[in-house]
Amino acid sequence: MYSYSDFDEAFVRERVAQFSQQVERRLDGSLSEDEFRPLRLMNGLYLQLHAYMLRVAIPYGTLNPSQMRQLAYIAETWDKGYGHFTTRQNIQFNWPKLEDVPAILSALADVEMHAIQTSGNCVRNVTSDHFAGAAADEIEDPRPVAELLRQWSTDHPEFQFLPRKFKIAITGSPNDRAVTKAHDIGLRMVRNSAGEPGFEVIVGGGLGRTPMIGHTVRDFLPKADLLPYVEAVLSVYNTLGRRDNKYKARIKITVHETGVEEISRMIEDRFAELRPLFGGNDQKLLAEIEEAFAPPAFKVTSTEAYDAFYKADPVFRAWADTNLTAHRNAQYAIVTVSLKAHGATPGDATAEQMRVLADLAETYGHSELRISHEQNVILPHVHKGDLPAVHAALHKAGLGTANVGLISDIIACPGMDYCALATARSIPVAQEIATRFDALKLEHDIGPLKIKISGCINACGHHHVGHIGILGLDRAGVENYQITLGGDGTETAAIGEKTGPGFAYDEIVPAIERIVGAYLEHREGPEETFLMAYRRLGMAPFKAALYDAEGDRDAA
Amino acid sequence: MKGRFTPKVVTANDLRLGDVVYLTANDRWSRHHHEAELIEDEAHAQLRLIHAAAQKLTVVGAYLADAKAGPNGPEPTHFREEFRTRGPSNYPHGKQAELN
Ligand code: SF4
Repeated sequence: MYSYSDFDEAFVRERVAQFSQQVERRLDGSLSEDEFRPLRLMNGLYLQLHAYMLRVAIPYGTLNPSQMRQLAYIAETWDKGYGHFTTRQNIQFNWPKLEDVPAILSALADVEMHAIQTSGNCVRNVTSDHFAGAAADEIEDPRPVAELLRQWSTDHPEFQFLPRKFKIAITGSPNDRAVTKAHDIGLRMVRNSAGEPGFEVIVGGGLGRTPMIGHTVRDFLPKADLLPYVEAVLSVYNTLGRRDNKYKARIKITVHETGVEEISRMIEDRFAELRPLFGGNDQKLLAEIEEAFAPPAFKVTSTEAYDAFYKADPVFRAWADTNLTAHRNAQYAIVTVSLKAHGATPGDATAEQMRVLADLAETYGHSELRISHEQNVILPHVHKGDLPAVHAALHKAGLGTANVGLISDIIACPGMDYCALATARSIPVAQEIATRFDALKLEHDIGPLKIKISGCINACGHHHVGHIGILGLDRAGVENYQITLGGDGTETAAIGEKTGPGFAYDEIVPAIERIVGAYLEHREGPEETFLMAYRRLGMAPFKAALYDAEGDRDAA
Repeated sequence: MKGRFTPKVVTANDLRLGDVVYLTANDRWSRHHHEAELIEDEAHAQLRLIHAAAQKLTVVGAYLADAKAGPNGPEPTHFREEFRTRGPSNYPHGKQAELN
């Protein structure tokens, strides 16, 4: 695994020392809140509804066991014994005290972690495919490039005061698991006609108030040109991006207002200027990083235990069918550990569970862990022969839920249970939907279906790209939930369409049930997923199920 | 109803802990909404807010929130403020645990 350089180490330690002093000066009154706020935000510290919240970056979602154990330690020592994994591959602690935060940051620095650039108008944590380095469909592991981007963007003097925050996502696979089309820059690895790997560069995607699918500005960018090209995109944005209006400041609006053709031309011009200035040091560095990301020494041994358990144990089989993904090594599997036990808070893990995951990664998983934007934990390299043991241990820790990709595997942002910006709650809605469909024993029949819930228009819960999206709003002082259908966050990305008027808090679960009922009634068979059915049928049957329900009842 | 002032309480977050606090009539910061001063006059509300905002070593982000009189003191009128009196709904954390 990649290890920080001395430079990183010194930089992070210095920031911790600075922040410790800043906290002291805030507490003794020499800094006002107005002076302190930008400083704490630069270190990932927010003030939420009921407490402070510390957001810690997990670059490209990769963790090693000692980092996971340290997160457990922090959760127990300075928080309430758990952490919340977010849709940006970060972890959030919901209850730190202000005076404890320097100690937490220092504990993070001990395992090469930090909370820098998790806030502010800079390049945020670069997110990546959570199956990177393991997926069978992958061209190349995208994480070395993500790491290169992290190093390049960290404290980059030109890009600390962008018009607005800037999010980059990267995937090495044609199947996009990193939602690249809904990022400021999305990088999707592709091959050119000569078979060489490079990137499709997508710019100007984003969710939030004005959801947009990104535009391809380059079909194929050679790998060696990546850094100057990304710098060109940022540089054009830094010049053109609107600083007069916060709601128009993201690059998606810049692209929209400038036009794709014109902005592509400007990027190419800027790239032509920048390219010669990159003397090849970036490529040397990339080569070094790539070495650090070399795949583990996969073992070669029998997978019989897996086959035997798969045949004999229905609980194991159900879990294997939903929670495993094909690994590039046929003897291995990628395990997705669901943090969505029915009725639990999506993305939360207790300190105890974090330790179990760390132990499993160490014993059976080549010491690698990943956090997905879908708020689950991944063991990317597990030999099939070890899967029964892994499953048994997960099951014991309350982590054996077999629901990955199903209706109860819901993404939900913290919403009004924590977030100061929220207009409605999202967590209890997720809990109730999951509990309801578990009680109906329907979710395996329903098959792949992604529900995503946001507690306000900022769309941290990615509701626009949920097959069913739910957005919580405040309508005249009452929680109200707007539903969208047909969203898709993959390579066939689409923004969901609004069904019509929203639903009250106690009406939202029955509304989702009616949508699912309509799908089951109209689908051609179990092979036709919800999204496929929606694409074939359009909105009409779902709208009828949602809004004509009362009429039906009268007629019955 | 134009021009009629909706009663308010002054609320903020504690600087050190971040938890929700309310300004009382005798200038304390209480953890309990019902102990807050219910302010029925707009000019007085502004004065109390200025007074609260000046306490930089105690609280952060003071603002006026709508409230109404109840049998045990002021009660919140909006669901957001109601949640702030309790804590999150997914765990018994925050005030609902600490104040009982
Ligand atoms: S979507 Fe809104 S409510 Fe949810 S976490 Fe983001 S800002 Fe908060």
